[in-house]
Parts: sequence; structure tokens; C-alpha cells
Amino acid sequence: MLRIELEFGGGLESLTGGNKVVPVEFSEEQLTLDRVIDYIRTNLIKEKHEYFVQGEYVRPGILVLINDVDWELEGKTRYVVQQGDRITFISTLHGG
Amino acid sequence: MKRRLCSHCGEAFANISISRKNKHLCRCCFYNYLEDTVHQTIVEEKLFQPGERIAIGASGGKDSTVLAYVLKLLNERYEYHWDLWLLSVDEGIHGYRDDSLRTVEQNRDDYNLPLYVVSYSELYDWTMDQVVSQIGRKSNCTFCGVFRRQALDKGAKKIQASVLATGHNADDIAETILLNLLRGDHARLSRSNMNKSGMSEEEESCCSNTLRRVKPLKDIYEKEIVMYAYFKKLKYFATECIYAPFAYRGHAREYLKRLERIRPHSISDIIYSLSCLHIKDAEQRQVQQQCILCHSISSQKICKACQLKASLDKGQGISAIHR
Repeated sequence: MLRIELEFGGGLESLTGGNKVVPVEFSEEQLTLDRVIDYIRTNLIKEKHEYFVQGEYVRPGILVLINDVDWELEGKTRYVVQQGDRITFISTLHGG
Repeated sequence: MKRRLCSHCGEAFANISISRKNKHLCRCCFYNYLEDTVHQTIVEEKLFQPGERIAIGASGGKDSTVLAYVLKLLNERYEYHWDLWLLSVDEGIHGYRDDSLRTVEQNRDDYNLPLYVVSYSELYDWTMDQVVSQIGRKSNCTFCGVFRRQALDKGAKKIQASVLATGHNADDIAETILLNLLRGDHARLSRSNMNKSGMSEEEESCCSNTLRRVKPLKDIYEKEIVMYAYFKKLKYFATECIYAPFAYRGHAREYLKRLERIRPHSISDIIYSLSCLHIKDAEQRQVQQQCILCHSISSQKICKACQLKASLDKGQGISAIHR
């Protein structure tokens, strides 16, 4: 069982019913970040999915951090999720 | 995957990729990088004088929150004795601005800066809620934009600030350039051309007798601002205005973000490209004069804000847009 924590900020929490932190469990032994993103789209977001994903990818303008590290340094969607990881999604698209 | 070390100090693990500079920095070096970049803009382009009163246009959003935080920090670090004020505009949008003003009040308390709020209802006798109930949601952002620009001017004058600093970042500037290009608006395109001081040419041409407007974050990318606020745990308000579909601007914005993902340089390249362009007909400077009704600086006898207000008062708000 793989337990991780998802964090939403910068306005994205409005897509998850106001929940900023969502703990989730996966039965898989090993999975990559694209599976987690797919899980969020299917299970956590009720509407306006296009605000989170566009096509196969997280919407441009959303920053992703893995344990406070920019996902660009971690292989982005190919990152292999580890037990206890905290994955943060922050929208840069709101307000000024 | 093995974690990479900071490309600057080589000691701590890297937290953020600054791909346009081929850097990956740890938190500490990233803070220094952002603060030094802003400081460099201020020093090289002589944005502020020591001791002067600076109004920070504060919306409670990420950009102005980071701007206020960094200016306060630089003020203390370099002992500039700037007299920093937060200046907010209350557009009168229930369920949006009233909430974000609470964030600004939080900034006021956290950073110990004085706050002055100027409202549309006191300046124009109209709130945006009332404007929208008259004209609908089609051109409401035009009214709000014209009113806000002037409200910031008037607010800055009221608190006797000599300069207004706004939180516009590199992405905002590139986005506006793109938008004006896509609209074929060569006059605005030319005006969005930044000169070295971070002011548009238009703004500089009239700055001898009026408020200077500066953009200290103009060399900082939006990604960096959001990362800085996240790591520093700065509180900001991140809800879209309830009246702002920003349809067309939104497309330019998304397009820019897609370009950035493919090529992080795109944003600075767009700004650079415009600075190299010479736009025909743009030399015809409109003569600046005082509005005969409200005495603010205007290119016409009656300023745009007074024109819009007059048509709202007559119940013909929407027609003012199509003139």
C-alpha cells in the first residue's frame, strides 16, 4: 500500500471542494506521477477538469512540486512515487 | 532519482529549476536570486530615491504580496528609508474584493505597513456591482480597468506618494504585448514597449509633472513569484474576479504558458522582440492635459474615466465602449 499526500493551492483547491490537503492510498506497489494525475482527474475533481488537465498533461501554468522540489528536477510525469511523498499542485493563473 | 545539488552553492539540494537561466537552485540561493534580481532592477534603472514615499498597488494577490514583502526586505537590508505604503482599490465587488481586502489588511499587519484604500463608490459614485447590473458582463472589465488606473493615481496623490509600484511580472508584460499584437492595437503595442526604467514610453513622457509608475518585478517570472510565496509561506488571495471572464486575455495567457513549457525563454524573448521594434505612426505623441472635470492627466479634454462615468450616470453605459 502506497500512502501519499496531495496538496492544492493558488486557487486549485476550489476544484477539490475546498480541500487543500488530500491523503490518498494506492494499492499498486509502484506507480509514476502521471497515474496520480489521472487519479486526481477521475476521482478528486468533480467538474471543470480542463482547469487541471489538458489532454494528457497538467494544465500549463500549474506548478508541481514533489516534497517541495520542482517536478522539472524530478522527471515530471515519469517520477516514480515513493511512500509518504507530498505532491503539491499550485495554480499561477489567478489574480495579481 | 538522485537529487540534484544547487547549481549556485553546490551544497544544498536544488528545489527549483530556473530553466531560462540553466540554473537549479536551493531555497536559500533562490531567495537571494529573486531578491537580487529585483534589487538590480531598482538600482540600475533608478526606480526609487532614498527616503521617498512609495505607494505599492496592493490587491492581496500573489504579485503585490511578494512585491510588498521584497520591497520591505530590501528597504531594511540596504537602509533606503523608503516610506512604503500599501494602496488598494475597492472596486465594490461583493464576494471578491471584500475578501481580498482582508488579505491586504493581513499584509498591512504582517509587514507593518500603512494601508490606504480608495473606492470606486467614493470616486465615481458607482460600485462595479452597480456597473455590472447596468451594462452586464460584456465590457465591464473595460470600465474597471479605466477606473482602477485613475483610482490608483488619485490614491497615490492622496497619500502624497511620488511613485506607484505595481506587481506586474515578466509574464504579465509578455501577455499584454501578445494581446495587443493579436488585436492589431499598434498604439497600445507601442506603449507597452518598456524602456529601461520599467515604465512604458507613454508613462515616462508625462512623469515630470505626475506620478511615476514602476514595475520592480518586471524581470521576475510568474513561476518564480509563486514559488517564492509558497516557500516563504506568504499569505495571498487566489480567487478569480467573479466578473472577469477575460476571454481574450485568457487565451493569450494560456498560449504564453504553453510556449513557456516548450521553451522557457519565450517570455523574455517576446519582451526583447518588442523592444527591438520600431512602430510606425507611434511617434505621434498625444499631448497630455488636465481633464476639465476631475483634473487628472488625460489625452483628451475629458478623461476616459469621466466619460465612462457620465454615460453610466445617463444610463447609457454600454454605448460609451463602442464610440
